[in-house]
Amino acid sequence: MTSIAGTKREKNSSGQIRAEALFKRTLVLIGCAMVVLVLGILLTLVIESIPSLKSLGLKYLWGKTWDPVNNVYGAFPFLLGTLLTSFLALIISIPFSFAIAIYLGEYQPKGWLSNFLKNTVELIAAVPSVIYGFWGLIVLVPMVRTLEIKLGVLPYGIGIFTSALILTIMIIPYSASLGREMIRLVPSQLKEAAYSLGATRYEVIRSVVLPFTKSGLFAGILLSLGRALGETMAVTMVIGNTSLIPTSIFAPGNTMASVIANEFTEADHTVYLSALIELGLVLFLVTVVINMVGKRIIKRFTNE
Amino acid sequence: MQVRVKYRVVKSKLAQALIVFLAFVITLPLIAIILYIFKEGITKINWTFLTHIPKPVGESGGGIVNALIGSILIVFSASVMAVPVGILCGIYLSENKTGRLSYWSRLCVDVLQGVPSIVIGIVVYFWIVKPIGSFSAISGSVALAIMMLPILIRSTEETLKLIPFSLKEAGLALGLPYHRVILKVIVPCGMSGILSGILLSVARIAGETAPLLFTAFGNPYLNTNMTKPMQSLPLLIFNYATSPYDDWHDLAWGAALILLFTVLLLNIITKLTTRKWNVQL
Amino acid sequence: MKLYFKKELILAILIMLGSAFFSQNKLSAQNDKTLLGAGSTFIYPLFSKLFSEYNKKTGVEVNYQSIGSGGGILQLTNKTVDFGASDGPLNGEQATKMGVPALHIPMASGAVVITYNLPGGSSNINLTPDIIADIYLGKIKQWNDPRIVGINKGVNVPAFPILVVHRAEASGTTNIFTNYLSKVSPEWMSKVGTASAVNWPVGLGGKGNESVAGLVKQTPGAVGYVELIYALQNKMEYAKVKNKKGKFILPSLASVTAAGNITLPADSKIFLTDTDAADGYPICGFTWALIYQEQNYGGRSLDRATKLLNLLWWNIHEGQQFTTPLNYAPLSKQALQVAERILKSATYSGKPILK
Repeated sequence: MTSIAGTKREKNSSGQIRAEALFKRTLVLIGCAMVVLVLGILLTLVIESIPSLKSLGLKYLWGKTWDPVNNVYGAFPFLLGTLLTSFLALIISIPFSFAIAIYLGEYQPKGWLSNFLKNTVELIAAVPSVIYGFWGLIVLVPMVRTLEIKLGVLPYGIGIFTSALILTIMIIPYSASLGREMIRLVPSQLKEAAYSLGATRYEVIRSVVLPFTKSGLFAGILLSLGRALGETMAVTMVIGNTSLIPTSIFAPGNTMASVIANEFTEADHTVYLSALIELGLVLFLVTVVINMVGKRIIKRFTNE
Repeated sequence: MQVRVKYRVVKSKLAQALIVFLAFVITLPLIAIILYIFKEGITKINWTFLTHIPKPVGESGGGIVNALIGSILIVFSASVMAVPVGILCGIYLSENKTGRLSYWSRLCVDVLQGVPSIVIGIVVYFWIVKPIGSFSAISGSVALAIMMLPILIRSTEETLKLIPFSLKEAGLALGLPYHRVILKVIVPCGMSGILSGILLSVARIAGETAPLLFTAFGNPYLNTNMTKPMQSLPLLIFNYATSPYDDWHDLAWGAALILLFTVLLLNIITKLTTRKWNVQL
Repeated sequence: MKLYFKKELILAILIMLGSAFFSQNKLSAQNDKTLLGAGSTFIYPLFSKLFSEYNKKTGVEVNYQSIGSGGGILQLTNKTVDFGASDGPLNGEQATKMGVPALHIPMASGAVVITYNLPGGSSNINLTPDIIADIYLGKIKQWNDPRIVGINKGVNVPAFPILVVHRAEASGTTNIFTNYLSKVSPEWMSKVGTASAVNWPVGLGGKGNESVAGLVKQTPGAVGYVELIYALQNKMEYAKVKNKKGKFILPSLASVTAAGNITLPADSKIFLTDTDAADGYPICGFTWALIYQEQNYGGRSLDRATKLLNLLWWNIHEGQQFTTPLNYAPLSKQALQVAERILKSATYSGKPILK
């Protein structure tokens, strides 16, 4: 490339060369800046969580009580709350997101109806999370409360289950759109071969499309899990914000992100604040790993 | 044999019906949310709402002009910071498909995309708010700018990758220096793609609340000084939505309507521009 | 040629934007009419009114964010705000972390009311200290518990599960409430204790008085604790609480004033809970504005320090007229003298700011 670029005019060339060098250097610099930015984030989190790492150690993650009065910090209730809401949301979302993926990828890739569906799903991802939270608080919570009264559990209305419902709506677009891309990558020869053997549409989907795309669909699920784990505002508004270990899926609880949102500006001991930042660090590491694994799978899948 | 085939066909039809049902059920919540917010919000929006600051607690009336202007300023300065960096980084990544630095750089962009917004809020608090000694709108903008970057970089990179290599070769063959080929030929060609990336990233951050909690902080007065705390729409919605005051709920519904429609509009515009661009290519 | 013009144009625009930005900053540094405060949500309705009036009078914009008392203390420690506001005085560790002396200036006192949402239930039901403690310990689970019904003869208390709501973050309201519960219930004292954020045995958390009131208002069967004005402004039910002298007292301006009628110590740090006054409501407390005694820190100008002191001075004098309409009890004469003395002890580079 440089050899081609070398054939430039002599006139005003020195200025141009300088500008070119400057431009290239800027590009490299900005490339470096991204690495520095991410390392900076990681470093800041690690440094700020040193006080809690030192005084609490690894047992912090398994500690069952979060009691700022007595300086006892255990992240287990929040880990559990995060896992419960995220996985519940994931389980509820899977049938819907797979259905969307199959519909858009296999049944009806074109046409106004599928365009409408595709755009709607994309818009679901665009709605700000604070609006989901507000809507959930005013509309969804009373509905869940009615359900809870019918089931005979304490009718808080607010809690893990409500958060999971909101999260479900929020994460569906991620696995759905990715699943659609994956399903469209299935070679048509494979499907045609199955059809020619007399398979019905359902059988083709079950025995050809899904097995072929299973790693891609799994990656989609991972990415939406990453999204669910880190979601803050909508969850904070409807989860109930208590540090107790949730006893059922209808109980109030707290997630890692929501406890940070609630307590970060008011944590008044060094260890308290640092324990919250450590939660942020854990959240950061977990979501990064999940995202990386998901993206790696997709890359391998699309390259094949 | 006949029965077996019939059974299979019926099963297939049932599965199809189920899938279609499940696929379209999901549009209901979105429609419900939009309709509900429209119904609640539209009656609250009037001239006072758009031009006044909120009244003291418990007094009715007032508006959200502080949040409106604040949101615009914060998002605008975030874009001013993020757009040049994002586009240049996108250029870098599309120009250097292999290489150690570009590998790490690309990885970091991927990482950045997955970082929860609340974590960015924490980090920016320690980077800017604490050293400066005051909450400020500019720190909120920095947090949002960091969140914009991955989307900008990705869309720029993806767009530029699609530009035919022959265009670049033609430019270089004419004797144009490298940077002018990139900035005057390649980038303008991918302009609509890059533009849609900008719009998309703006739409993404306009509704972000979590990073602003510890940075922009909020302000009951109209403030245009970026070094001071500033109110913004998502913060206002969060604070007012959880309160017991009906007046505040009204303000929050109005604010939610404005925010929702801005974000959806940006998304729809993006979609239209990309479609046009696809046709052109 | 055209291209070069474009470049220059962009450059010019950038310079203009930059200079506009800087000139604005310069301007604001000279003529900065803003102050930033954060903390107590307990006092927020009063502060919001006070600062709005102060803005009308002087043009100074006081940005007060009700993030919770713990937040106010922490942000003052981090020097990100001009003043904090807390309903509990600094504890030992907080004071140590701050490093330099901080002044507590009492602003007003208010009542923490037990607010509830009981469909079909009567208003102002009676509650005793043990019952409140046992509700918050999770031992009383139903509204029609014999103990609650026993002290509410002839009053409708329907069968409904009790849903406990507490604060999600470090809060001075919690500090007053847990201070009270620790005084009246040994079990509470040993199991939970007094602090601005505790490990709640039951219930769900709301952020700020606002959110607790919001949750109670929205949830049938809920019980929570908020400042009186939140319950009044939102037309929520609140309970009469039995005080030390055995009387069931409805929280009101009069009963808070009765509880606050005590001699303030020189540093003004005192709890009003579980008052001896016969007509006093037992769960009351002061809110303090917190500032550094030495105002010359982090490059603050004398002008800014003076503005801050003037604001607080106004709060405890002219500002007191706005307390009673919002059902906060104004400072007594003696309390005012203490507050004045404390304010006058604030210095800039060692010299007193207020004469």
